[in-house]
Amino acid sequence: MWAFIHKLGSPKWFYGISAKLQPWFWAAAALLIVTGSLWGLAFAPADYQQGNSFRIIYVHVPAAFLAQSIFIAMAVSGLVFMVWKIKVADMAAAVMAPLGAAMTFVALFSGAVWGVPTWGTWWMWDARLTSMLILLFLYLGVIALRGAFTSRDSASRAASVLAMVGVINIPIIKYSVDWWYTLHQPASFTLTSRPAMPTEMWLPLVIMVLGFYCFFIALTLMRTRSEILRREANKRWVQELVTGQVVKVPAEEAR
Amino acid sequence: MTPKRKQKLFIILGLVSLAAIAVGLTLYALRANINLFFSPVQIAQGDAPMERQIRAGGMVKEGSVSRDPESLDVEFVVTDYVDDLEVYYSGILPDLFREGQGVVVIGELQADGRLYADKVLARHDENYMPPEVAQALEEAGYSPADYQAKAAEVGKRLDEEGVPQASEY
Repeated sequence: MWAFIHKLGSPKWFYGISAKLQPWFWAAAALLIVTGSLWGLAFAPADYQQGNSFRIIYVHVPAAFLAQSIFIAMAVSGLVFMVWKIKVADMAAAVMAPLGAAMTFVALFSGAVWGVPTWGTWWMWDARLTSMLILLFLYLGVIALRGAFTSRDSASRAASVLAMVGVINIPIIKYSVDWWYTLHQPASFTLTSRPAMPTEMWLPLVIMVLGFYCFFIALTLMRTRSEILRREANKRWVQELVTGQVVKVPAEEAR
Repeated sequence: MTPKRKQKLFIILGLVSLAAIAVGLTLYALRANINLFFSPVQIAQGDAPMERQIRAGGMVKEGSVSRDPESLDVEFVVTDYVDDLEVYYSGILPDLFREGQGVVVIGELQADGRLYADKVLARHDENYMPPEVAQALEEAGYSPADYQAKAAEVGKRLDEEGVPQASEY
């Protein structure tokens, strides 16, 4: 177990194993998202009150799930980087942030579009919507912090600290609809309780959520690989990989 | 784990927990203000300010909606099944507005105890179902009674612990 984790922390080993894993996640993501979209948008029944506008759920809920999960993943990577100094963890955290921000935006935007026909407004400063907007600002803050330092190490530390502190917002988002009166209704889809919809509506949603997660994993592996090549560009194994021949590196650099 | 790393881990976890406690206390202090709306119980108890724009929420009482056939004026009762609030509104209602449905109304509470709304928003619950299922449930006797059972439970809880005081809106 520990040996595996130590290997995972080595950029070279991670580069190799991720090459093998990546196609499987891409294939699963494509299959699940195509199946889920077709099923959800064309074949699942319409809602008794909202009609077809209910189908926004098939994008809105998976995006909101990912927005929160990616932030947690980023905070955990930040902790691993800060405590154990594992560089791959920081690279992964760096490449996750833009996708997380994009997913938060998708959740907010699809929610606004959904709010117009159902609630009668596209925005309301209720606890759920506001805490989700704060999540978007936290993502943008993490991305901006990484760009604000000339030294990569300082940038990584600052971004990790913001991610770890910002993770406090996640339980607030999750429980906002239970703790306060909000315009947003409580969760219809959780991992723990019985879904508040029949199976023919729920199953495509599960498929979409799984598909979004596979997409996230595949994209993170792919982008971490290019980040490894970028940051380790002066390492011998990377130069050998790129040029396809044995590279002579001066003794002091070959560490 | 080396002692240095262990120390670092504890420092980070300590800082994050302190930040969490600070945020938690802030939210606890602001708990009444974070609520999007006042419930009819809170309004009946006089927690909501008069003649200032407030938001009130609850269920549209069954059989309470009366529309003026000549204009867009509509009157209805918002209830939490403990207390009622009369609402007067003139304008277009959202599609999901119907009796037994959750709403948030934005407007001013006047001296006659009615709320004159500028805007009515529909809430919906977390349940989704196909129209046939809804119809079958209705035929089987499903009604807002389910909401009422839940509301009675909430009302009892509110009586026991006392409704939180809404200080400044």
